[in-house]
Amino acid sequence: MKDVNVLMVGVGGQGVILASDALAEIGMKAGYDVKKTDSLGMAQRGGSVVSNVRWGQNVFSPMIKKGEVDFLIGFEEIEAARWASYLSPGGVAIVADVTIIPVSSMSGGVPYPGWDKIKSILAHYTEKVYLLPAARIGEEVKNPRALNMVMMGAIAAFLDLKDELWLEDIRRKVPPKFLDSSIQAFHKGAQVTQSMKEKGVSR
Amino acid sequence: MKQLLSGNEAMALGAYHSGVSFATAYPGTPSTEILESFSQFKGVYAEWSINEKVAMEVGMGAAYGGVRTMVSMKHVGLNVAADPFFALSTTGTNAGIVVISCDDPGEHSSQGEQDNRHLAKMAKVPMLEPTDSQEVYELMQWAIKISEEFDTPVLFRSTTRISHCKSIVDITKDRPAETKKPGFMRSSAKYVMVPSNARVRRTNMEERITKLKAWVEDFPMNQIIRGDRKLGVITSGVAYQYAREVFKNASFLKLVTTYPVPANMIRKFASEVDRVIVIEENDPYLEEEVRMLGIKVSGKEFFPIIGEFNPEIVEAAAVKAGLLPAPVVASKPPPAVQIPPRRPQLCAGCPHVGPEMILRKLGFDSSIKPSPVLRPLTEKEMVIAADIGCYTLGVYEPLGALDTCACMGASIGHAIGMEKAGVPNKTVSVIGDSTFMHSGITGLADMVFKQSANTVIILDNGTTAMTGGQGHPGTGMAMDGSKGPQVNLEKLCEGIGIKDIKVVSAYDMAAIEAAIKASTAAKEPSVVIVRGLCALKFKVKNTSRRVDPDLCIDCRGCLDVGCPAIIIQNDAVQIDAAACVGCGVCQQVCPQEAIVEMKS
Ligand code: SF4
Ligand code: SF4
Repeated sequence: MKDVNVLMVGVGGQGVILASDALAEIGMKAGYDVKKTDSLGMAQRGGSVVSNVRWGQNVFSPMIKKGEVDFLIGFEEIEAARWASYLSPGGVAIVADVTIIPVSSMSGGVPYPGWDKIKSILAHYTEKVYLLPAARIGEEVKNPRALNMVMMGAIAAFLDLKDELWLEDIRRKVPPKFLDSSIQAFHKGAQVTQSMKEKGVSR
Repeated sequence: MKQLLSGNEAMALGAYHSGVSFATAYPGTPSTEILESFSQFKGVYAEWSINEKVAMEVGMGAAYGGVRTMVSMKHVGLNVAADPFFALSTTGTNAGIVVISCDDPGEHSSQGEQDNRHLAKMAKVPMLEPTDSQEVYELMQWAIKISEEFDTPVLFRSTTRISHCKSIVDITKDRPAETKKPGFMRSSAKYVMVPSNARVRRTNMEERITKLKAWVEDFPMNQIIRGDRKLGVITSGVAYQYAREVFKNASFLKLVTTYPVPANMIRKFASEVDRVIVIEENDPYLEEEVRMLGIKVSGKEFFPIIGEFNPEIVEAAAVKAGLLPAPVVASKPPPAVQIPPRRPQLCAGCPHVGPEMILRKLGFDSSIKPSPVLRPLTEKEMVIAADIGCYTLGVYEPLGALDTCACMGASIGHAIGMEKAGVPNKTVSVIGDSTFMHSGITGLADMVFKQSANTVIILDNGTTAMTGGQGHPGTGMAMDGSKGPQVNLEKLCEGIGIKDIKVVSAYDMAAIEAAIKASTAAKEPSVVIVRGLCALKFKVKNTSRRVDPDLCIDCRGCLDVGCPAIIIQNDAVQIDAAACVGCGVCQQVCPQEAIVEMKS
């Protein structure tokens, strides 16, 4: 059993916590010891959100050590860049093409860096950088709020587990109204990631 | 059955399975979810109290009345509740009572950092500290047992990283069929602490600690993990997990009873290893306990005394202490790209935005740039003493509207103090409805008594928003969401003796400005209630606004609102229709009337 360290990062309200909760449950069902913890400042309203999820034989620390993240799942571009240094050398960065400009950039502070710059930061730590067309997938499944499902699909493409484990958890967590579109988003996220992985495309 | 539970959920379940059927708390991160999860169980009583002191007192009543009880709060909450907590230590209890303090190393969501382990020692109350959710669950049973066997409250200490970390719990227990039945056993010697009785109880307290000192020596969850004898690590709480991660082969003494500590066990462990170090977050609490046993030990000379630990911090300190080899550093530095910070901000449509913008306008000289340097106020500026809640986020740009914030309820005292000390500027106090209930009422009574000309602005959003929307007496909303009798804010202020009370809508900027101007001009105590429902809790949604590109001159004034729905796209100001809740505040700010209602 290989240990798996996942860091999910994004902005408050994007569904990071729901996705990381799901990932932790799935790890437990797959037979791992699991720990997960979220970091959010002041009862977080639109600030940075970071979730550590660890699967292993025997997990001690809930926090992942710098340089030991196997999967960095970025729900937003600069948030991915902020945590890039946590990636392990062979780690994988999967980033949604979502940009949410912080107030600090809008009112003339530090400008929001473009994808090229963000990619250069990520590429410093790993060669495996994938930019997911999350917005397009959201449109295709007619559920723009299903970003967390897309990202779960993306990570599912890397972890060798039965689809049923993921779907069971989604069915339990998502309200019936959004279930179909969520499952579609999950599958599309997985498919797109799989094909990028096969082509070796890192955009 | 295995389940993934957060520390807070495990505390609730553990208490339930120990026969606790009464719980009270005041919400505060990271403790809030304890009571929330507990309230989900059948056949229990769970209620938010008006503040931590009252929660403790109500809990004492229940425990005196023979019902197993849990009282939970955040670390600074125990300061508020310290008075009854110390008294409870003196009287002891009838049924088991566990007091949970959730400390916040690193101040994720607090005005300060404090290590409440000292309070157990000071109050002479046994203390338990778990290292993960499994231990939390099991330890709760012990807490109740110790409480009843030793006639004492038990301090159960968690930290953010225990409370908010999910790990696997093997649920092996069940709720006992026989939970204790209510019934008070009369004994004025035990429960009426006049000096003659208290002196007797004082002796009992000392005897209790002596007995506990022996008892903890055999406590099964204090554990020695034998590894390499060269290094012996003594640790507790989540620091234990980091230490295990960083030192793969060392010997460990994991302490779960951290007051009193098992002295013989520590001596034995120390004698088996070459070098002893203590790894603990915040204060050198265990380190001092170990040193007092005459053992040579190191700790805080290497490990930080400030902030939360993580594996890197523990590792770096271990390298500094010469316990681990220095890591090889990467050769090439990463590209120097500045990443903008992302701070929390008030929600779209938050009712606090309007009044804070007005305060900024009235209270600050706009020709002076904000800066962290101390500066004297100009004559016209106002001092804006704020309190603890969502509205404290107004200290950040672009609002930048606040001057002080110390602890729950302090805003009113601050203003009275400045005025009475002779500070020439006008003062206002900004306080939320929930915080006002928590500890603003006494400040307001003092304000009337002193005839302070301060203006108290109560931001009434109908809930305790910062911690997730709990009820309080001003809302009449009970734990299960049902509506009940409600304390009327206006009448309360009137009853206290305030004559000048104004009520304005949180979205009417002109009305707010007029009210604050009029009230601060008068020379008597006054209250302005700014009312508007919390947009997040009550899912407020009116017609969205949009920016008319033909009218917009790109002055970017609307960015001063700091509303997350106002964004810049293609270098132009736009409003995200999905995020906008139509509060209309930006519309009142725009000088060009370029922000208009979206026609359906
Ligand atoms: S939770 Fe409510 S009160 Fe707090 S920032 Fe959001 S809208 Fe404002
Ligand atoms: S009306 Fe303006 S200030 Fe209010 S929510 Fe919409 S964009 Fe934000």
